[in-house]
Amino acid sequence: MKIHEYQGKQILKKFGVSVPRGIHCTSVDDAVKAAETLGGSVWVVKAQIHAGGRGKGGGVKVAKSLEQVREYANQILGMQLVTHQTGPEGQKVRNLLIEEGADIKHEYYCAALTDRATQSVAMMASSEGGMDIEEVAHKTPEKIIKVFINPLVGMTDEQARTLADGIGVPEASKAQAMDTFKKLYACYMETDASLAEINPLILEGNGNIKALDAKFNFDSNALFRQEEIVAMRDLDEEDPDELEASRFDLTYISLDGNIGCLVNGAGLAMATMDTIKLFGAEPANFLDVGGGATTEKVTEAFKIMLKNPKVKGILVNIFGGIMRCDTIADGVVAAARETHLAVPLVVRMKGTNEQIGKQILKDSGLPIISADSMAEAATKIVAAVQ
Amino acid sequence: MSIFINKDTRIITQGITGKTGQFHTEKCIEYANGKNCFVAGVNPKKAGESIFGVPIFGSVKEAAQQTGATVSVIYVPPPGAAAAIWEAVEADLDFVICITEGVPVRDMLMVRNKMKQKVAAGGKETLLLGPNCPGLITPDEVKIGIMPGHIHMKGRIGVVSRSGTLTYEAVGQLTELGLGQSSAVGIGGDPINGLKHIDVMKAFNDDPETDAVIMIGEIGGPDEAEAAQWCKANMQKPIVGFIAGVTAPAGKRMGHAGALISGGADTANAKLAIMEECGFTVTRDPSEMGKLLKALL
Repeated sequence: MKIHEYQGKQILKKFGVSVPRGIHCTSVDDAVKAAETLGGSVWVVKAQIHAGGRGKGGGVKVAKSLEQVREYANQILGMQLVTHQTGPEGQKVRNLLIEEGADIKHEYYCAALTDRATQSVAMMASSEGGMDIEEVAHKTPEKIIKVFINPLVGMTDEQARTLADGIGVPEASKAQAMDTFKKLYACYMETDASLAEINPLILEGNGNIKALDAKFNFDSNALFRQEEIVAMRDLDEEDPDELEASRFDLTYISLDGNIGCLVNGAGLAMATMDTIKLFGAEPANFLDVGGGATTEKVTEAFKIMLKNPKVKGILVNIFGGIMRCDTIADGVVAAARETHLAVPLVVRMKGTNEQIGKQILKDSGLPIISADSMAEAATKIVAAVQ
Repeated sequence: MSIFINKDTRIITQGITGKTGQFHTEKCIEYANGKNCFVAGVNPKKAGESIFGVPIFGSVKEAAQQTGATVSVIYVPPPGAAAAIWEAVEADLDFVICITEGVPVRDMLMVRNKMKQKVAAGGKETLLLGPNCPGLITPDEVKIGIMPGHIHMKGRIGVVSRSGTLTYEAVGQLTELGLGQSSAVGIGGDPINGLKHIDVMKAFNDDPETDAVIMIGEIGGPDEAEAAQWCKANMQKPIVGFIAGVTAPAGKRMGHAGALISGGADTANAKLAIMEECGFTVTRDPSEMGKLLKALL
């Protein structure tokens, strides 16, 4: 689960990390009022969407008067902000963060994430903040300093010092930088984050270390014990179809192709998508119906896939284990009837009660194309949509 | 022979009285020698009772002491799953299989490090399979987990995969071709887990009754690449490899928490290239896994 920058900064502040003063707002008038309340002579008007690269896309502006705050807020609120993370259609800006200006002397980078290989928490820092960290990692990997934190021990002074020294924090600010790393780690653990990134972490003219941005991802498995985080969820930022699917316990991700696919199991679903591509078409979605598919779930899955106007055909691939093929066949027939299915449908079923399932499809009188292997299913659906 | 489990394995079921635990325990008992293998259940509130003829104990330790069981399988719901793993580790079991899906990553980080700390301090090592895995099976001997037993056939091919249904797909293809399996292992789709591809490949390499292996991976993480490097230097047996997720977009979690492309090295294409370089027979067509393996024998 993702949250907005302003919410991330609230969390950081709660854990004692220094952040600029700022006010979240959703209207132009409130943006101007927020600037007045903050005082000073420089403000930053920042678009709040769940994607990075906002500055480059024109979603972050520095205002030097209240008139400019109004002008920029007016420009940004409601715009379709396009960044490298939003896709070409962009994301509508519904929220703003108005912040006091900062006196930036240097921009650093730091982030915490779970490292699979060492089964620890990796904290990374770099002297090259403010830019795309993947580019830094690619071009100048020596400029990324990493420490691996044993969660039973927590972050040690030595590790915090390794990071602060490694990115060249001036002596006078070192203690505060070390403290910031430790607090970021504590925050990462206590909120069940899967990513906590500050880019840039700045050194101010007066020597203060401050988080100028905040990006968090949270482990969805742990949301049951993170009420405060769940309350920050902004459904407007999420794909409506993926959201609808999750209500029925379906995992759906929309993609760019034209073959809808419905599969049980995440690995098999990916393998099915890959097979479609191998045989010359592109999958329109990832859709895992999980282990306990019912007629209702299969019908909902069809409805969600068919909402996508690009879908020209559907491939159903089920390996019946505990879930029986006849149950799925009943679901597919009911779904095809209820949705008045008008695109070609190929069904491949294997495993428990396979023959009964195939008979149900045959007896339905619907133009369902049957296949024995994944390759055959993919070949048939690709041919059917051409 | 087989890897990790056989007809003589004695097993405790943690979470045996829950809906999922009951459903799968019954199926496991019905399979091959299951009736003799599944000897105990654990539920502190129902100690002294029994279910499907299996006695229920108040703790893993007590169950192990009373029955001599050395393996446990966990169906405990996510909030208590890591604690259940730790209870089995503290009881010095040999092997723990955690089926539970949705265990918080932080809980797994904690319990994995506690397990390592225990071994470092000279304590007994307990192997962990999972969480979020289908379990493992040695056909015609014993099945521990949620896989459909009837698609398997006893034989000499090993199968290892992160995903459930994709493991069944490989097993189904082998069985259709008349190739039985020595053991089939699902290591699970979570980012922090126990046994990895490399550990299972080592076990198959050491097993005199395994002749060849199908290794199936997914996008995300370094595990398949590590296993491939190890195999290049050590594996004595032919391997067919497949990686799911060539078409998966970066930054999106594809169902499994661990199936998420984060950098350049954990894409499907990068992993396939490494596996090929390490001597695997790789395929981009998952329908071909069984056929390719047959051609290698």
